Amino acid sequence: MHDKTLAELAAALAKREVSSVELTTHFLGRIERLDPQLNSFVTVTAEQALAAAADADARIVRGEAGPLTGVPMAQKDIFCTDGVKTSCGSKMLDNFVAPYDATVVERFKAAGLPMLGKTNMDEFAMGSSNETSFYGPVKNPWDTTRVPGGSSGGSAAAVAARLAPAATGTDTGGSIRQPAALCNLTGLKPTYGRVSRWGMIAFASSLDQGGPMAQNAADCALLLNVMAGFDPKDSTSIERPDEDFTAHLNQPLKGLKIGLPKEFFGAGMDAGVAKAVDEAIAQYRALGAETVEVSLPNSGLSVPAYYVVAPAECSSNLARFDGVRYGYRCEKPKDLMDLYTRSRGEGFGAEVKRRIMIGTYALSAGYFDAYYLKAQQIRRLIADDFKRAFEQVDVILGPTSPTTAFRLGEKTDDPVTMYLSDIYTIAVNLAGLPGMSLPAGFADGLPVGMQLIGNYFDEARLLNVAHQYQLATDWHRRMPGGFE
Amino acid sequence: MEWETVIGLEIHAQLATQTKIFSGAATAYGAEPNTQACLIDLGMPGVLPVLNEEAVRMAVKLGLAIGAEVAPRSVFARKNYFYPDLPKGYQISQYELPVVARGTLEIELEDGETKTIGVTRAHLEEDAGKSLHEDFHGMSGIDLNRAGTPLLEIVSEPDMRSAKEAVAYMKKLHTLVRYLEICDGNMQEGSFRCDANVSVRPQGQHKFGTRCEIKNLNSFRYVERAINYEVERQIAIIEGGGAVVQETRLYDPNKDETRSMRSKEEANDYRYFPDPDLLPLEIAADFVETVRTTLPELPDEKKHRFMTHYGLSAYDAGVLTASREMGDYYEQVVKVCGGHAKLAANWTMVELSAVLNRDNLDIADSPVSADMLGQMLARIHDNTISGKIAKDVFEAMCNGEGTADEIIEKKGLKQITDTGAIEKIIDEVMAANPGQLADYRAGKEKLFGFFVGQVMKATGGKANPGQLNDLLKKKLAG
Repeated sequence: MHDKTLAELAAALAKREVSSVELTTHFLGRIERLDPQLNSFVTVTAEQALAAAADADARIVRGEAGPLTGVPMAQKDIFCTDGVKTSCGSKMLDNFVAPYDATVVERFKAAGLPMLGKTNMDEFAMGSSNETSFYGPVKNPWDTTRVPGGSSGGSAAAVAARLAPAATGTDTGGSIRQPAALCNLTGLKPTYGRVSRWGMIAFASSLDQGGPMAQNAADCALLLNVMAGFDPKDSTSIERPDEDFTAHLNQPLKGLKIGLPKEFFGAGMDAGVAKAVDEAIAQYRALGAETVEVSLPNSGLSVPAYYVVAPAECSSNLARFDGVRYGYRCEKPKDLMDLYTRSRGEGFGAEVKRRIMIGTYALSAGYFDAYYLKAQQIRRLIADDFKRAFEQVDVILGPTSPTTAFRLGEKTDDPVTMYLSDIYTIAVNLAGLPGMSLPAGFADGLPVGMQLIGNYFDEARLLNVAHQYQLATDWHRRMPGGFE
Repeated sequence: MEWETVIGLEIHAQLATQTKIFSGAATAYGAEPNTQACLIDLGMPGVLPVLNEEAVRMAVKLGLAIGAEVAPRSVFARKNYFYPDLPKGYQISQYELPVVARGTLEIELEDGETKTIGVTRAHLEEDAGKSLHEDFHGMSGIDLNRAGTPLLEIVSEPDMRSAKEAVAYMKKLHTLVRYLEICDGNMQEGSFRCDANVSVRPQGQHKFGTRCEIKNLNSFRYVERAINYEVERQIAIIEGGGAVVQETRLYDPNKDETRSMRSKEEANDYRYFPDPDLLPLEIAADFVETVRTTLPELPDEKKHRFMTHYGLSAYDAGVLTASREMGDYYEQVVKVCGGHAKLAANWTMVELSAVLNRDNLDIADSPVSADMLGQMLARIHDNTISGKIAKDVFEAMCNGEGTADEIIEKKGLKQITDTGAIEKIIDEVMAANPGQLADYRAGKEKLFGFFVGQVMKATGGKANPGQLNDLLKKKLAG
């Protein structure tokens, strides 16, 4: 049952071949049995999941089911869930039970998808390996000595190991796409403003975007249909007519123009990754698409610009975790300053503190112009690069990450090398564009992801381009050994 | 050496919106602690601000009223600092691009001259909560009801040259925000408060001296006293060979002095940056024009109209337009009494104001309505009662004894205007006081008052004073 896609499970539920309670029980059983090897869940909400599944079954019987009613899923632990611990991967929020639902969670609840639990993640979404989590690293089901990527590493490992048919992720600099690539999944970061950020604990507000992680593009389209939409509670959410993201999946690719940014195919990429991406490009040509070399001349500035903007925003966003109203508070503070410094000093991990320090520095009087303003100018240059490219092509294709999954501990002592893991994904967040990662083959037995980048609000096209590839290939169907 | 004082004011006006600037929680004052703080006000993880359009409308109103520019695009910025009553660890404010810039306000000086004070900018921001230090046994309580209340911070140019000018400016702005109905002006509740930037320089010097900022002055009196104290302090330092240190100071009304809160070196680096949760505030020209149509008659316009239309002095017109309610009350009194503008002005400014002051009432809560006062004045004008009797009638109206006509009727206060009746009483009084009459006729004219008093006493004060004078003069002359 668990080897089925979301769409297949939904169809089985609709035909009453299986009940939601049965499905949910099955996945909860797999989590219980297999997750100790992976550590992909922070919290398993078995009781609530089964209750929601029973409700879903009743809805199906009443003929009131939506397209995904009854299919269980997992939520990244960055989304607030009413009455359920919402840790954001941090000791700071280890004791935090959210008093409300994030809009994304509310939408999935309303659509009738039982929540299996909350998935592990890098602390406050800051990391590319899921090793910064207070709850310990998540292991990659393809090789449990390796990382699943991050920050949505728990969601990626859980779906890859088929502990859940789908999960949510959030992507600030690649946190959906990079773990999707490292775990052989399809993951989509929507256009900034597409998915409400209400209730999604902020890392870098101008970059954060929630999105789906699943086995294939068709499933991502179904999930995005639930997640996307204007939310009056999020001022950066964009008001536009509802769209059916599955509507264009089957459109042939003949005449499609794919841009290949020359900057994405230079040094720094593993040979195995390069080979798989090259083969995928050949596959697209075989499907009738035309490939054109394009240039994103400022993409080399994206990592430095990102590591000013994201820490700057995070230094402010994380100021609320002060030990005063909720979350971790140090023992016996002797005065206010002691309460602040020890609560934050003890509650945050090293990477979070590093970024708060960087961001605080970048925003300080006398440095603001040189760092923050300069980084904002670079953002515009990067967005202009993409704008020019999209005058020539329909989508842009390249690798998602320069390497396959690396070993646990391999990069933890070298943050800059770790940051380069997101070198191809970060520019997309800086420009606010939609991007996705999909399985493109294997190198030494480890999954390789390719990235598709679309123009603003062109998610339907991205999903179409990914889906057509997935009709012609079966990389996305492969499952990690030991989790079949 | 002669010193010149230089003052600029930053005034925080709490906007009279129903809900907070970035959340739907109520703004009403005085609720139980933390009962008017929602998820957003508490700074919960994952919450986001949404701007209250009403607050923007109010800021635009002020901008138009002071002839300022309303920015087509302004930006909300985060002011970052840690404090227990600041739930997010930052205050959402406006920094580089405020919603209103470059306005002016005219104040009247003591010599009757007017002076134009520049308003540098006015920007929208959220208020913080309150820390409560009593009743918590060495700990602090936090009340977040006020957190997120909309404020308009109105920053003047350093154009004022004395504490009196500063107070005149503050009063003028206080009147204006209440006219515009954008702030209730309640200074005790902190709805209208002021930070004063004060410096001194030798008379004739162009360069400003080093300034100190005095925080949180919440009465006109404190503003005046704090500035005067601060000016003396700074002059004493400089004349003693020292230098003023730029710092933030607090005024202690009990000791009538200011004292240092923190120096420039200790000042926070607020690390302002544009709030990524809020899009830039874009205000369309037609929004501004719509707001313009809702502007009431402004204090200066009203004052000018009262002078030309009602023939009032500048002083009277100023007093009667000090608030919109006062102006409305006055105009209604004039209308009801039959257009006797001067009479209406005197009664409103003297008798009514005395009662309101005595009972500490707003004009809205006056025990005597404008209609009631107007009707009573009409009775003075048609000689039904004298001005003196009117004071008793007015007092009775204040005590809720009815309308003027009812009181006059009930108490028999109607003036005696019948010549025969008055003459009869005069005759009786003359007959009863032969000695005084003889003295008067022998040249002691001072006794005229005595006879007036006796007749009034006999009539219960109801004799028409003018008639009585005339008749008495004739009769006494013999």
